[in-house]
Amino acid sequence: MSVRRLAAEQPASFAFKPETLETAKWWIAKYPGDRKQSAVIPILWLIQKQEGWVSEPAIRTLAEMLDMPVIRVLEVATFYTMFHLAPVGKHHLQLCGTTPCVLRGAEDLKKVCKSRIGGKFEISAKGLSWEEVECVGACVNAPVVAIDDYYHEDLSPDDLEKLIDALERGETVKPGSARPRQTSAPEGGALTLKDPSLYDGSLAQPVTLPNLPGKSA
Amino acid sequence: MLADKDRIFLNLYGAHGADLESAKKRGAWNGTADMISAGRDWIITQVKESGLRGRGGAGFPTGLKWSFMPKQVTDRPHYLVVNADESEPGTCKDRDIMRHDPHLLIEGCLIASFAMQAHACYIYLRGEYVAEREAMEKAVKEAYAAKLIGKNNIHGWDFDCYIHHGAGAYICGEETALLESLEGKKGQPRLKPPFPANSGLYGCPTTVNNVESIAVAPTIIRRGAKWFAGIGRPNNTGTKVFCVSGHVNKPCNVEEAMSIPLRTLLEEHCGGVRGGWGNLKAVIPGGSSVRMITAAMAEEALMDFDSLSAMKSGLGTAAVIVMDQSTDVVRAIARIAYFYKHESCGQCTPCREGTGWMWRVLERMARGEAEHSEIDLLLDVAGQVEGHTICALGDAAAWPVQGLIRHFRHEIEERIDRYRAAKGVHQVKMVAAE
Repeated sequence: MSVRRLAAEQPASFAFKPETLETAKWWIAKYPGDRKQSAVIPILWLIQKQEGWVSEPAIRTLAEMLDMPVIRVLEVATFYTMFHLAPVGKHHLQLCGTTPCVLRGAEDLKKVCKSRIGGKFEISAKGLSWEEVECVGACVNAPVVAIDDYYHEDLSPDDLEKLIDALERGETVKPGSARPRQTSAPEGGALTLKDPSLYDGSLAQPVTLPNLPGKSA
Repeated sequence: MLADKDRIFLNLYGAHGADLESAKKRGAWNGTADMISAGRDWIITQVKESGLRGRGGAGFPTGLKWSFMPKQVTDRPHYLVVNADESEPGTCKDRDIMRHDPHLLIEGCLIASFAMQAHACYIYLRGEYVAEREAMEKAVKEAYAAKLIGKNNIHGWDFDCYIHHGAGAYICGEETALLESLEGKKGQPRLKPPFPANSGLYGCPTTVNNVESIAVAPTIIRRGAKWFAGIGRPNNTGTKVFCVSGHVNKPCNVEEAMSIPLRTLLEEHCGGVRGGWGNLKAVIPGGSSVRMITAAMAEEALMDFDSLSAMKSGLGTAAVIVMDQSTDVVRAIARIAYFYKHESCGQCTPCREGTGWMWRVLERMARGEAEHSEIDLLLDVAGQVEGHTICALGDAAAWPVQGLIRHFRHEIEERIDRYRAAKGVHQVKMVAAE
């Protein structure tokens, strides 16, 4: 269990930007009319996208919006570890530190984060921060670092250094594998899914389903 | 090797388009209307006869699960909820399905919802899968625009498909925790019974299925239950997406036949173990929750439910984590123990306290700073966490520890002896407090 608390310093107020509010309403519409509480996680996420983190006034505002007791929103914000309860850097790195990534060198990436950015959740002079997260679910492309939501995979310490350089220069970085590799296929090229007849449209020809009632046994 | 024509996920690596037109070209949405007109009992029978077992870890027969839903819809609507909270360390198969073959999943959602008389389905993605969520939203939008789903769609079964997401909690992969989370609460598992089929989402009859279980259903029906049942061994049928990570030369995801020998899987698809088969030390064959097996066992293992459970391990999610001789297995399991400590929801005392205790003791053992007697104590505590919690996270935290001690007790003992010899101590402080 991770014990999380709200930050000691809090802003005086929170207000939704019009575009955030619009997206929030789109989320609420996904659930039955009397179940708008279901949208609490997606909207907390929108708040985090807007502000960079989740503040106490934001929690109150959201509770009002969804007709929830404040404590219920607070519970959600503190339970789910993707919500930042204090400001993070302009770019936030989530380094996967679980065993499959460790087997492929995540510890070396951690050293790079420490030397280039600082301790966990510290904001560097150049506006970067990082944290160690649990398995991000891209284990065949380990080690993985998510930068601002998108996965950077198969990283060597050198690759990560270069990504940090680019972020510090204010450039955008392209997610995906750092190796010459197509997504989760083995490096050097896929060994399967090479039969051209699967892709020539023949599978879109009308099919007769086997075992249809009244046809064949 | 499984023939390409017998694979279901034809765009596993994203070499082709994930859009509707490309998906249709690969056979998605082909014959869907015929499946629906054949009726829900027929669909459930096909899935039952295919022998499909749930792909999320537990391996429960999918067709049987579908048949548990009430036969009559009363005042409470039925729901299908798809578990896309893929977080089991080692596992990354649903990710590929959602970003590269999303239409197979949406088609499966329609078929499964129809079979269970549900008009709405929620797909719950883990919060970290932002790109995958964007891909799913795009595909759902395409399916609505083409009137494949939605009100008055061309299939004649009104059906809404919604994408939902979490925010970083492994426990939400447990079905009742997922439902709590989907209702806007902390992800703490519910006591069962009542089971979701009676009282699930919003107190309504609900079935929760894994992404892969749902996404394979349309192809199974298109090609026939017999085709699927003919792959693999009895009780372990069909194809399966395997995720191979760790110390192989070429880690990858690959769809293969169930019951493929583990060694064949590693050597034919993943370039073999780093440094050769002889350099293999241990394998976790089904995601971090299952007990590890040794190199000698890996030689014999077939990648299916029965073979691996006979080895006191399990197929789980079929996420194979390979560890070569250079691996510090004690440290590897200590890190997994930390994972469970971090992810325990805190509801049940044995798990909340036990996971932290096991992690702290394993951290000391990884340094050798422990007593020999603590190995049995650790095993005892693991046994007391296992089976004494509301959900299976307690079991999942205990099994890797048990696997480690079963196969590598000697390594822990040697480390303790080495530590003592180097430091010249006879007894260490048995600390398990933070």
